[in-house]
Amino acid sequence: MTTVVNAPSAPAARRSRFANLRRAMLKAPGATLCAVIILAMFLYAFITPLVSQNPFEFAGMSVLDSFIPPMWMTDGVPDFPLGTDDQGRNLLTAMAYGMRTSIIVGFLSVIIGLLLGGSLGLVAGFVGGRVDAFIMRLADVQLAYPALLLAMIIDGAARAALGAERSVATAITIVVLSIGIAFWVQYARTIRSSVMIERDQDYVSAARITGRGNLSIIVLHILPNVMAPVLVIATINLGIAIITEATLSFLGIGIPVTSPSLGTLIRNGNNFLQSGEWWISVWPCLVLVLFVVSVNILGDHLRDVYNPRLKGRS
Amino acid sequence: MSAGDFLTLDHVSKVYRRNQGFLERLKKTDAGGTRAVSDVSLTVRHGETVGLVGESGCGKSTLARLVSGLMAPTSGEISFRKDAAGKAPRLQMIFQDPYSSLNGRWTIEDIIAEPIKVHRLRQGKAAIRARVDELLVQVGLSPADAEKYPQEFSGGQRQRICIARALAGEPEFLILDEPTSALDVSVQAQILNLLRDLQKNLHLTSLFITHNLSVVRIMADRIGVMYLGELVEEAPSEELFRRPRHPYTRLLIDAAPDMDTSDRSLHPIAGELPNPAFPPSGCRFHTRCPFAKDICRNTVPPQKTTEADGLYRCHFDLDLSNASIVPPSANVKTA
Repeated sequence: MTTVVNAPSAPAARRSRFANLRRAMLKAPGATLCAVIILAMFLYAFITPLVSQNPFEFAGMSVLDSFIPPMWMTDGVPDFPLGTDDQGRNLLTAMAYGMRTSIIVGFLSVIIGLLLGGSLGLVAGFVGGRVDAFIMRLADVQLAYPALLLAMIIDGAARAALGAERSVATAITIVVLSIGIAFWVQYARTIRSSVMIERDQDYVSAARITGRGNLSIIVLHILPNVMAPVLVIATINLGIAIITEATLSFLGIGIPVTSPSLGTLIRNGNNFLQSGEWWISVWPCLVLVLFVVSVNILGDHLRDVYNPRLKGRS
Repeated sequence: MSAGDFLTLDHVSKVYRRNQGFLERLKKTDAGGTRAVSDVSLTVRHGETVGLVGESGCGKSTLARLVSGLMAPTSGEISFRKDAAGKAPRLQMIFQDPYSSLNGRWTIEDIIAEPIKVHRLRQGKAAIRARVDELLVQVGLSPADAEKYPQEFSGGQRQRICIARALAGEPEFLILDEPTSALDVSVQAQILNLLRDLQKNLHLTSLFITHNLSVVRIMADRIGVMYLGELVEEAPSEELFRRPRHPYTRLLIDAAPDMDTSDRSLHPIAGELPNPAFPPSGCRFHTRCPFAKDICRNTVPPQKTTEADGLYRCHFDLDLSNASIVPPSANVKTA
């Protein structure tokens, strides 16, 4: 018997997905606005360094231009719309560099936390028994420490181990790892509870009877079914990770001044707050707040969309 | 194992252990646990469908999971006939709940293709896709459905997809665990027709588990009746209905509501199913049996064989072939 089959109608599916996106955007204008803000900041942070002189290199500084206030104030200059800092760096450009570092550190640390917590949660939920008990008690112990304190401990320990000589890349790696490790518990717990539900479903039994091994069952069947809630948490945690990195940098133990993050910029400006040069720290603060608030609102919205229990409410 | 035997269960038991507390573990007392399947011996011959019936909680689904290899029996042995190369036969299982048995993140094509890929039954994308389309048509769906996701189908259609997936593995042995219980009566009939056609055309050997006597009568060549984890009677299908040997079988047949308009009365089996963690002494059915005598309370009944290739566990040689038996009298209930 032969059956004539029409080619799969992929374009139609893609179009409907596009239409879905548009409908979702119209339904949630706030979240859409946040998504647009995030996207704009992304583009600004990653394109500016390609077209401008790095103000944190020697050639980018000009001490003659230092402490120029924003352009609408007296003494303001149109060349520096948001003013300059103590080294004569254009704050508008400097913040692009700061945001870039913050975003990179935020994303990488979320990914580290997701990988670490996700795999531990998968193993705990799937294997169960003693392995599960061990991993979850470890998580309980870690929860007894504030995440920021833990990140500081890990950061300090790594620095002590590596000595004073270290490159910017090493410093960023240490910060990324310490923030990632500080936040794995949430992912592990969420994934574990989802896995415990999914592993007893009949479709998993069917795959097992067919002859799939544990690894293929986890990767092919269970993982796609437990990812949605975790991705929502990851979005919200992105904001928290960026704040944590800013806090570490503000305290002077995060990213070095030569490759600043928003937190480093705030710390730098903090020195001049008392002397009236408020703009040096206020602009990075506002950018940080805007970015993190946008990320959080978007994450909240995603959580509502993916939580079936909240469906129907708006 | 004789030549025609495909699957034999040899005194198979499964005990679900209760989670013991820390102190209990220290004391090393044996908590016992629930004997979900108790000392079941059963043979399935090549090309035959064996039905298993019983109330909920009698252990029939546990038996299905044991046979499928999802769980290991606590004691006893389950053995399949191996082929010339010494390989165990390919199994597939169809589940009761058509909603949880399909992965919602996979397309129908991926779902049905999985057994084909795992067992390498077809090579190449085009060949696999052609086979998927063929299977979809075979179970009464259309090849266009392959692009869709399980959520887009009704319960009956989902069960068809499950059947297609099971057939995709070209199983030598099929386990059906209440495949129609979650479906509407009209859809049930369609699925049963489909299964019967497949049985006829593909010469499947299968184990059909259900609580519905009329379903098992249509589908099975031989029927086993389970009560509290024990196989209390086993006989060829028509023989079981014509001449049941065990009082429980008789009561089960009478309890099923039928379409006969001359008899509108229902005959529920008196009493509750006892807690399988603490089964009654002697014959497990004595608390609800209308014929129970003293011997039933104290002595485990022997397993007897009939001339019609059946077996049953009862102390008496009762003639239960015609007429409903009266529900147990009051003194039995209070016993």
